[in-house]
Amino acid sequence: MSESIIQIQHLTKTFGDGETAVHALEDINLDIRQGEIFGIIGLSGAGKSTLVRCMNLLERPTSGTVIVDGQQLSWMEKQADNKDEKVVFISERELRLVRRSITMIFQSFNLLMQRTVLKNVCFPMELSGVTAAKAKKRALELLEIVGLRDKAGAYPAQLSGGQKQRVAIARALATDPKVLLCDEATSALDPTTTASILALLKDLNQKLGVTVVVITHQMSVIEEICSRVAILDGGVIAEQGKVEDIFSNPSTDAARRLVYPGGASVAQYPAGTRAVRVAFNGGTAYQPLIASLAIDCGVKVNILGADTRDIDGKAFGTMLLGLPDDPNEAAKALAYIRAQHNVSAEEVEYHG
Amino acid sequence: MAEFITTFWAEYGSILLTGIRDTFIMVGISTLFAYLLGLPLGVALILTQPHGIRPNHLLYRLLDWIVNVGRSLPFIILMIAIMPLTKLIVGTKIGVKGAIVPLVVSATPFIARMVETALSEVDAGVIEAAQSMGASTFQIVWKVYLPEAKPSLVLGGAISIVTILAYTAMAGTVGAGGLGDIAIQYGHNRGILSVLWVTVIFLIILVQAIQLLFNWAARSIDKRLDQSAKGHKAFDLLARFAHTK
Repeated sequence: MSESIIQIQHLTKTFGDGETAVHALEDINLDIRQGEIFGIIGLSGAGKSTLVRCMNLLERPTSGTVIVDGQQLSWMEKQADNKDEKVVFISERELRLVRRSITMIFQSFNLLMQRTVLKNVCFPMELSGVTAAKAKKRALELLEIVGLRDKAGAYPAQLSGGQKQRVAIARALATDPKVLLCDEATSALDPTTTASILALLKDLNQKLGVTVVVITHQMSVIEEICSRVAILDGGVIAEQGKVEDIFSNPSTDAARRLVYPGGASVAQYPAGTRAVRVAFNGGTAYQPLIASLAIDCGVKVNILGADTRDIDGKAFGTMLLGLPDDPNEAAKALAYIRAQHNVSAEEVEYHG
Repeated sequence: MAEFITTFWAEYGSILLTGIRDTFIMVGISTLFAYLLGLPLGVALILTQPHGIRPNHLLYRLLDWIVNVGRSLPFIILMIAIMPLTKLIVGTKIGVKGAIVPLVVSATPFIARMVETALSEVDAGVIEAAQSMGASTFQIVWKVYLPEAKPSLVLGGAISIVTILAYTAMAGTVGAGGLGDIAIQYGHNRGILSVLWVTVIFLIILVQAIQLLFNWAARSIDKRLDQSAKGHKAFDLLARFAHTK
């Protein structure tokens, strides 16, 4: 098991105080390992943007420990005069240095609009005192890597969304960071552009060894590039683990909602419908379950809804099947489905 | 007509030229000093506001209050009210020198607000990005806020200069010199309307020229606009001006 690069222990973040206090994050524990692509997924308002901002102290946690690359950014300390522990932060000076090794890209790109692409990429190097000539050389190399060498003289207003994000990525890599935080980095992009940006992130992760933390509300993003994932729901981590484990066995409601967004729900069907929820837990690709059910048992079932996906050639997902009215046929179908490998079935009923 | 111009110029030419020179001196020096004070004040307002990068409730409230008080005093009242201060700083209450102190005092809060407004247009996300890269407060001001707000600052500059120009005319009523002074002394007190009208026409041309120049400058430095459309718009504006001269 590789080394930890980001450790978060008992982190909480509360906005405001008294009755109007909002508990954005509660007792968060995370351990992100060097070189991995770690996903944090949640619906909007779940606290993911706040959580990622606690990793570089753009948001200061109310309590808890944040360790990045062996350096404590925040930690708990006993107060001299009483027994309570209070959160303590790294100094501003040290923090500015740490921030060069944990950089960030954003949903809205946040490029400097009055600077050329080249000058945007030079910007973090300017901040850290790299000479202009060196910065320019490095910036051109980075633009080459993200495929925008020919746009060096252009201004951000002249670029497409995908190109802007590539410039932002080049800029984020300028200080040779160990961690790249991506806050909804593809949420403003169309599916094709999203795929190309994700491919670039994956490529950079493999070639440069930079650890990538991906914040998203889209399961497809997690599925595409992440090895491990944490599901954030209402300010707490509902589940975390390997992406395929979470997909095959979402054990919490929050996880199920994200894994099967808008997934088949019995509530849409008339009262009295007998239905069975079938979960595919990673069997070899898509077994022709419904067809074989019809052929082997002679029972015809109705597909009320389905949401399945392919992860590394394995099938994951759920399907909601309407059972025949005849109880014998229904029982036969149920038994047949339950006998399948890597498939689990659970009868659900609509109580109007 | 030609004869009228010749006699008019022989009689009032040097007075008008002196007035124009004095107006330029008052506007130029006052604008310079008002920006030297107003720009840092505007930056301080942006940094210390509740969502600023260096929030400081007390300081913000204090600066905000000072700016509001300064903005709420009519120039002519302020000018009379601070006469002792003026005398203390420049040694006289009247003339071009005496006008500069009240002009600076009056224009500084105005410019501070203008700067605050221009800087508040800078996308908060861009500021956050700079912070995430480890930029210091000074670097954020110098390398992000000011350059990113440059077009708005330039447009604000035109408004500031025109406002100060208007103040100088008012300062003329209490013996400040410049075109306002000439308009009052010759146009009003002695009833020489030709002089009054010449100053009015000159002021109109001056304000138009300042506005046009600054609009053009703001547009040509703004990289957010599409380059080709920008050239086209500036050309349109100039063409329109040429027709209406």
